[in-house]
Amino acid sequence: MTDIDAVSEVRGRSLWADARRRLFTNKAAVTSMIILSIVAVMVLLAPFLSPHDFDATDWELMSSPPTIANAHFFGTDSLGRDLFVRTLYGGRVSLMVGIVATLVSLLIGITYGATAGYFGGKIDHLMMRFVDILYAMPFMFFVILLMVFFGRNIFLIFVAIGAINWLDMARIVRGQTLSLKRKEFIEAAEAAGVPGFTIIRRHIVPNLLGVVIVYVTLTIPQVILVESFLSFLGLGVQEPFTSWGALVNEGAKDMETASWSLIFPAIFLALTLFCFNFIGDGLRDALDPKDR
Amino acid sequence: MLAFAFKRFLGAWPTLLLIITVAFFMVRLAPGGPFDTEKTLPPEIQANLDKKYHLDEPLVMQYGRYLWDIARGDFGPSFQYKDYSVNELIGAGFPVSLRLGGSAILLALIIGVTLGAIAALRQNSRVDYSVMTTAMVGISIPNFVMAPLLLLVFAVYLGWLPAGGWEGGSFRNTVLPIIALSLPQVAYIARLTRGSMIEVLRSNFIRTARAKGLPEHTVIIRHALKPALLPVVSYLGPATAAVITGSVVIEQIFGLPGLGRYFVQGALNRDYTLVMGVVIFYGVLIIVFNLIVDLLYAVLDPRVRY
Repeated sequence: MTDIDAVSEVRGRSLWADARRRLFTNKAAVTSMIILSIVAVMVLLAPFLSPHDFDATDWELMSSPPTIANAHFFGTDSLGRDLFVRTLYGGRVSLMVGIVATLVSLLIGITYGATAGYFGGKIDHLMMRFVDILYAMPFMFFVILLMVFFGRNIFLIFVAIGAINWLDMARIVRGQTLSLKRKEFIEAAEAAGVPGFTIIRRHIVPNLLGVVIVYVTLTIPQVILVESFLSFLGLGVQEPFTSWGALVNEGAKDMETASWSLIFPAIFLALTLFCFNFIGDGLRDALDPKDR
Repeated sequence: MLAFAFKRFLGAWPTLLLIITVAFFMVRLAPGGPFDTEKTLPPEIQANLDKKYHLDEPLVMQYGRYLWDIARGDFGPSFQYKDYSVNELIGAGFPVSLRLGGSAILLALIIGVTLGAIAALRQNSRVDYSVMTTAMVGISIPNFVMAPLLLLVFAVYLGWLPAGGWEGGSFRNTVLPIIALSLPQVAYIARLTRGSMIEVLRSNFIRTARAKGLPEHTVIIRHALKPALLPVVSYLGPATAAVITGSVVIEQIFGLPGLGRYFVQGALNRDYTLVMGVVIFYGVLIIVFNLIVDLLYAVLDPRVRY
């Protein structure tokens, strides 16, 4: 044990250990991680936390205020469905959309950006010009059209949102790749005759990890926001399934008589976005120490 | 400078063409037509309708016709609002949206820059932390959540302001939508200003200005503010796009007769021409605004080479 400690002390801290240390001294980020974990656990364990089903209607208790007695902790909606369970189930959809769509955009963005950056020259110019053109498109409107015309399908939401968000990722990754490819170890790989795409996969992409992690934590809340936006317009997930955006939409309709149906989903949505943003900021400060 | 402006101007055309093309084919390839009703129309009437709106021609012909019409500034007749052309509908809705969006951006600029500058000047103080935390709240609460909450407090509980409607754009009717629309932008602009201000305050020319013995407010206002505002200027492009998108829900929530509402109604009613018209109109607006921002940036920042 002592030997290992001595060695690691001599070797100094790695980039990642250093970043971790900085991240854990950031109070806002740590608090956010704790809150987010609680939300995540609640969302995962939703069926065990309440005796009610997410789509069970109780005609006797429509729009009833929150009570502990009958386990309607957040009250019920206008159809007598338990809002506590619905909020948690809505969280499942919102978080899942956030994570899956971010992965989609990650995959496209990294492949595209790393290819453009690594090959450079004409290929780079053409590929990035295409990104510039797409960048100026009013995408939200096209996503709305897509949802209206081609059905309100959750997989379409994943694809549509993922397809918008890769543009930023591609730009960031390209910039990083441009500076990475001048490094000696890439030169060495080239000299050893490693083919282009293998260099990208084996040597470039792993070195992009820091930037990518920061970007992912900042993309997830954006995606959740887009999904909520669509659901708010009634274009996202369809009944009886729900998401935080859909719940806020329903809550906004009943707010004059049943304010709890707006407030609880709104708190969950805002709190989650808040935590992701704080963690993203904390990670950026931790991994990019030049601003200290 | 002129050559640079011209180059940027040329660069905007492919985007515009792409917007028109995607909008056109997406709308046309969608299942379900604008005249789908509960009962099926007699074939003769269907044929007449199709003929009137040129829906019986091959798609490529329709596309060519549409491009030609747009080139002349004509978005065609609305399919749903009979007797109205899309141009008239846009003309009716846009002033409302422009007032909302314009006021929201102006408000966001004034408050955002002030807060950001104050936070930067008192870096790592309690003021700084509270401004930045508030900004984070502003970013994290989407405006479609903020809007109903504002309504709940100010219209339902306190009863100070009406719960919606336009009423010719009176102050009482527009104040809540404008606040809801501008809050996220206030937050972004405050964060941007703080970040760049901190960087600028560390630079040599600020040290020189202070060493000359200039009073602090002169240093800040005359020397630091202009370079610190450059990132805010370039953010104005995305901010416009965000405000335009946001106005779609805000107009819906507050029941305002703006362009965003026409868009949502048009999409739900499959009003092809209206939807395409609004998307293209917004596309042009965003492109033009980005162009202006680019040129403004080039004028303000002497380091930009063109």
